[in-house]
Amino acid sequence: MSIISEKVSSSPKGTAAKPVTEEISGSEIVMRALLAEGTDTIFGYPGGAIMPIYDALYDHHDTLNHILVRHEQGAIHAAQGFARVSGRVGVVFATSGPGATNLVTGLADAQIDSTPLVCITGQVFAHLLGTDAFQETDVINITTPVTKWNYQVTDASEIAETLAKAFYIAKSGRPGPVVVDITKNAQLQKVPFSGYTPCNHIRSYRPKPIVRNEFVQQAADLINKAERPFVIFGQGVILGKAEKEFQKFIEKGGLPAAWTIMGMSAIATDHPLAVGMLGMHGNYGPNLLTNECDVLIAIGMRFDDRVTGRLDKYAKQAKVIHLDIDPAEIDKNVKTTVPVWGDCKETLPLLTSMIEQKVYPQWLQKFKDCQQKEEDKVIKEELNPSTDILTMGEVINTLNELTKGDAVIVTDVGQHQMVACRYAAMNQSKSNITSGGLGTMGFALPAAIGAKFGAPDRTVVAIIGDGGIQMTIQELGTIMQFKPDVKILILNNKFLGMVRQWQQLFHEKRYSFVNIESPDFVQVAKGYYIDGQSISKREDLKNALKTMLDHKGSYLLEVMVGKENNVFPMVPQGRGVSDIVLSKEEI
Amino acid sequence: MSDTKHKHTPAAAATPAGKQEYTITVYTENQVGLLNRIAIIFSRRKINIESLNTSPSEVESVHRFTIVIEETEEVVRKLCRQIEKQVEVLKAYYNTADEIVWQELALYKVPTDEIAEKVKVERLLRENGARAVLIRKDYTIFETSGHREETDKLIRVLEPYGLIEFVRSARVAIIKTSEGFHKKLKDFETAEPGEEAMENEYLDDREEVFTM
Ligand SMILES: Cc1ncc(C[n+]2csc(CCOP(=O)(O)OP(=O)(O)O)c2C)c(N)n1
Repeated sequence: MSIISEKVSSSPKGTAAKPVTEEISGSEIVMRALLAEGTDTIFGYPGGAIMPIYDALYDHHDTLNHILVRHEQGAIHAAQGFARVSGRVGVVFATSGPGATNLVTGLADAQIDSTPLVCITGQVFAHLLGTDAFQETDVINITTPVTKWNYQVTDASEIAETLAKAFYIAKSGRPGPVVVDITKNAQLQKVPFSGYTPCNHIRSYRPKPIVRNEFVQQAADLINKAERPFVIFGQGVILGKAEKEFQKFIEKGGLPAAWTIMGMSAIATDHPLAVGMLGMHGNYGPNLLTNECDVLIAIGMRFDDRVTGRLDKYAKQAKVIHLDIDPAEIDKNVKTTVPVWGDCKETLPLLTSMIEQKVYPQWLQKFKDCQQKEEDKVIKEELNPSTDILTMGEVINTLNELTKGDAVIVTDVGQHQMVACRYAAMNQSKSNITSGGLGTMGFALPAAIGAKFGAPDRTVVAIIGDGGIQMTIQELGTIMQFKPDVKILILNNKFLGMVRQWQQLFHEKRYSFVNIESPDFVQVAKGYYIDGQSISKREDLKNALKTMLDHKGSYLLEVMVGKENNVFPMVPQGRGVSDIVLSKEEI
Repeated sequence: MSDTKHKHTPAAAATPAGKQEYTITVYTENQVGLLNRIAIIFSRRKINIESLNTSPSEVESVHRFTIVIEETEEVVRKLCRQIEKQVEVLKAYYNTADEIVWQELALYKVPTDEIAEKVKVERLLRENGARAVLIRKDYTIFETSGHREETDKLIRVLEPYGLIEFVRSARVAIIKTSEGFHKKLKDFETAEPGEEAMENEYLDDREEVFTM
């Protein structure tokens, strides 16, 4: 760098007064852009087509902490965990060809769960594009359906502006993943650079719709007249950083509120107005009473089919208010009575100012009655089993006792995910990191690594099934090398549990390839110099969890749980939310 | 704002499934890859694009897509929202046939000797609103434009004389009530776009149907 600036000042044109223009490489511009955007952590993996960028990184590794993962899928899930827990943009480096294609699952996951990412992929030299060059893949076209935006840079002069756009697009409006594919010649090419200007406007892109007061007023009128109003909220509250505004809204209106899996932790799970989780394995009350409320207030959620069940049996009796930042979500699945477009950080305070202070004791009692029924039929046995065999629920419950709801819970996909989300206590926002929309097995371990880098002061517990851990188990290597303090809790039921549950309930117990065998996870962890133990007895549970949490550094705890336990309640696929069942006998 | 009003007469042209022909007009930045981004919005939902045209628009640097599909209004509205959601899309409109003026262009290649021998070419051209673009010894190329029936008709007329080649362009369309994009673009260019950019036919519709 100093050499470069010397060059500039010795050149005849170089004068001190003008903004300094340096001749720097495209790769160095990438570094400057990242630094200017406040990036301090990058998850990546090098390779031929991205080597100039890694070469530039060599000079910046003190300010740009690069985490070398073990597979690019690990990099992108880590970046997702980082972004979700911090509210910042996750940054990924990958090389061309296989490096880039390994990102696809994470891109799809981030796209459907609206996670802001900037992924920089190397690409072959521009003159080789389309020649089937070594490690050339059409990254732009492969990633188009799974990115909010993508762009291929073939000239270094485009890099600064493109990255400025990339960050702006990734984090503004409804966030999402962005891919910037940079050909190797552009990384190497030297161009004049006179500073980085962040982007705050793209004429064809409107991240926030204008808030229309008349609709907020109509929404308020509906709420004020309601007898059984019900709030259902999603990740929009968290992404909009509107947790406080949301809490004020429900507290003033006395409104019972249930979360989607993605909305979980936006309010404390023990808030008096929190009535639990929606969806296929959500709580009984919120599902059942969706079909009894008179005004349904949906906030920053997208009526996923796992939440709604059969649409023609979904909240037909209710007037529906939908607050969302993404116009395409309005009326997409559920027809709205009053749409309230906009950032809920702006619309919620407006709405709160227009609603009356109220309480609905009788209506709330209905939720409590449902909760009691669920306690009696499901929760009691799950948390205090009558057999010696451990349940997933009691593991989570014991974990709650120890963490007091302060931990970041990162879950993989399957029964353990549903159980964790059903029972985990969370008392601050951004505590629930899970693959909601895509349901990506293998998400949790790398996402937990990223989450620890994104929230170094918080305890991060990854709760993973014996199946899912084996999908990205190589990331133990990343933990070994970079030492993020991640607590790995494997709930081992010796089955691909969620699929087994479906085979039991809907396929006459024809267990087709769901009995998955596992290595000795503790030994595997040991191989990576990570401590751990495996337990199967109730009397060991609390101590084992405590040991895990108290351990200095990462720890792997395997808990052997019941093999054929099922997650209930359940809204069977293709049924309405009020067809929710509490046991397999009811199906 | 007038061009965003979508007053439909669904009953008139509706097919049994409630589907009818819609012409979607999309104003976009001129960007490599955008065609794919827009095309996959349809293909992902297994919706067949009947016709697709891309061209410059009245505004320099702004591109214009004209897409024809057979669908229900609900589906078309959702598609337009998904299209507008793309970063480089400025605006998407959808219209029924009666709200637009549209044309397709067709070219026909026929053997010159056949056609010169057997028909009064002048009259044929006049009757079909066509013109000869190229006349060579071996073949002649005619061109006509109009609606599907008109371009189809000339095929039937020319077939007996040994139609060698036929090609028809995608549809181009102009929305009757549109005031064009010049004024709108100005609004898009400001950091805090106003109603022009944000206008939303859906909300306006809702004002009509929604009562407390
Ligand atoms: C990448 C991927 N492949 C397949 C699936 C389908 N799937 C959903 S849950 C599940 C079983 C998960 O088993 P395990 O990790 O042991 O967790 P458990 O359900 O037993 O808690 C499978 C195979 C998936 N969600 N993701």
